[in-house]
Amino acid sequence: MTAQPLLEVENLRIDLAVGGKRFPAVQDISFTIDRGETMGLVGESGCGKSITSLALIGLLRDPLMIGGGTIRFDGREIQNLSASEMRKLRGNRISMIFQEPMTALNPLSPVGRQIAEMFVLHKGTSWKEAERLAVEALASVRVPAPERRIKDYPHQLSGGMRQRVMIAIALACSPDLLLADEPTTALDVTVQAEILDLIRELSAAKGTAVLMISHDLGLIANMCRRVGVMYAGKLVEERTAEDVFRSPSHPYTSGLVASLPLLGARARHGRQRLKEISGVVPPVSAFPTGCRFNPRCYAATERCRAEDPAATALGNDGFVRCHYHE
Amino acid sequence: MLSFIVRRLLQTLPIIMAVAALIFVMFSVIPGTFASSMSDDGRSVLDAEVMARMNKEFGLEDPVYVRFGKYAAQLASLDLGTSFRTRQPVASVIAERLWPTAQLAFASMLFAIVVGVPLGFIAAMRPGSWVDTVSMVGAVSGLSLPKFWLGLMLMYLFALVLGWLPSFGYGGGNPRYLILPSIALGVAPLALLARTTRAAVLDIMHADFVRTARSKGMSESKVVRWHLTRNALVIILTTIGLQFGTVIGQAVVIEKLFSWPGLGSLLVDSVTLRDIPVVQGTILVIVLLFLLINILVDALCAIIDPRIKYT
Repeated sequence: MTAQPLLEVENLRIDLAVGGKRFPAVQDISFTIDRGETMGLVGESGCGKSITSLALIGLLRDPLMIGGGTIRFDGREIQNLSASEMRKLRGNRISMIFQEPMTALNPLSPVGRQIAEMFVLHKGTSWKEAERLAVEALASVRVPAPERRIKDYPHQLSGGMRQRVMIAIALACSPDLLLADEPTTALDVTVQAEILDLIRELSAAKGTAVLMISHDLGLIANMCRRVGVMYAGKLVEERTAEDVFRSPSHPYTSGLVASLPLLGARARHGRQRLKEISGVVPPVSAFPTGCRFNPRCYAATERCRAEDPAATALGNDGFVRCHYHE
Repeated sequence: MLSFIVRRLLQTLPIIMAVAALIFVMFSVIPGTFASSMSDDGRSVLDAEVMARMNKEFGLEDPVYVRFGKYAAQLASLDLGTSFRTRQPVASVIAERLWPTAQLAFASMLFAIVVGVPLGFIAAMRPGSWVDTVSMVGAVSGLSLPKFWLGLMLMYLFALVLGWLPSFGYGGGNPRYLILPSIALGVAPLALLARTTRAAVLDIMHADFVRTARSKGMSESKVVRWHLTRNALVIILTTIGLQFGTVIGQAVVIEKLFSWPGLGSLLVDSVTLRDIPVVQGTILVIVLLFLLINILVDALCAIIDPRIKYT
């Protein structure tokens, strides 16, 4: 029982249906998250991180849909659960924080009410009791004067405060799994650190596992033990954060690591151009054959263009999807 | 809140003044006077001397600026003047006609709201379904039907063929007389409301906060009740406010058709007779009515949406 991971994703495929055709936007995604663990998922915009997390919480909307594979949560397959069964999990045992705190809260509803809904929905409390719990929840995310703040509307709060409210909502029912989709991307750098600390601290206190999604490798390395790197809908590398940083195996991961700006680098090495990975993520309808990274890869060969690399196991439970991994 | 309403009421003053000036200019430009309109039918040709005497009596011989000055002074003392035709004060002529028009306008808007808003919601909930297709095709047809023709058809069907309802008249306030003209007048705002509601709801359905609501594990019906309705209401209320103006304007046709003793038929009769004080007064009252309703709508919107500042 203890050995069973909280979340097991196997060969997940997410299809994009356009004009009667189905394109696999996300493919061959397999990973597991243990109870209380924080895992990271990195990749450029458009690589399928967000829709993967939406699939996990059952919120994919047309034209996106799960095309295959299994999602096992706490030993139970949830990818085909009925809408009402899924609703019992959603918010209660799996919850989510979104990228945009500006638009993710209802502008016409006081924030206290938006937190209180969680207790009414999943704990069956009265509104009055829920409001009292909302004050506590708001206090737990360190919003000052919570008993006054619950009456505020989202537009009266700063971006950081709103994201705190989002965290209070997401963690209200002490879920087993929190999906954090770029939770700090829209915030000031100084606020970012506070929000990340808050997520780390509260999830540890509640024993909540976190899937942290970001395009920011530095943030992920800071927060997570293990990291999955996504490119064009596929998981190209999955290893411990340390290994990813120290010895990235996939050329794409190396590119990501190399493109991180280093504080003080200019003073030491003089003015240099930041490293970049040339090109862009291809659209779903135009994924290349073979390795999906081959058009942008500095080391691509004929084999890369013809043959899709399988996952190769690395030490420390990691794997990489490259014919010529380093 | 109170200061908001007071400020908005004060803001209506310059609008009223501008409208008054505009009407005055229009009626001093169009040809014909009360006296000449009496012989418009060509049967009773008035004596030139009589006409001159009448024009003099009504002050129509004065230069435009003198007449405008008198008119402005009169308005400033809240006096709408005296009807050329009945020699009664315009205010009391209008007061008599205000209630039937208010009844008609509110009944037709009620009809439009009660049917149109739910229809828009249902259509938005199931885009592409038969409910959606039928109601939206219906809405376009409803918007493009000529009201005059629609009124005649309703009269023909429900009064003449089926005999369920009286065909025309006020019936001394009997509500049965209100039904047909209200439907004829309410179909266009109904169609517009249904379309606006559908568009608003569809738009909000894809908003991030609705996705957040879903991520909380809420049923769709709770998503709609707790998060969608309030947001859609602001747009719906604004549409309702604007539609009131259209309804009062189009009441002119419907009142004439159904012999409804309201402001609309008063306006038509007074224009034909060039009974200018009544025309001016009626238009002013209609404009004022429209402004007041929209102040009410704005106040309601500000209550619903805390982001709207009371300015």
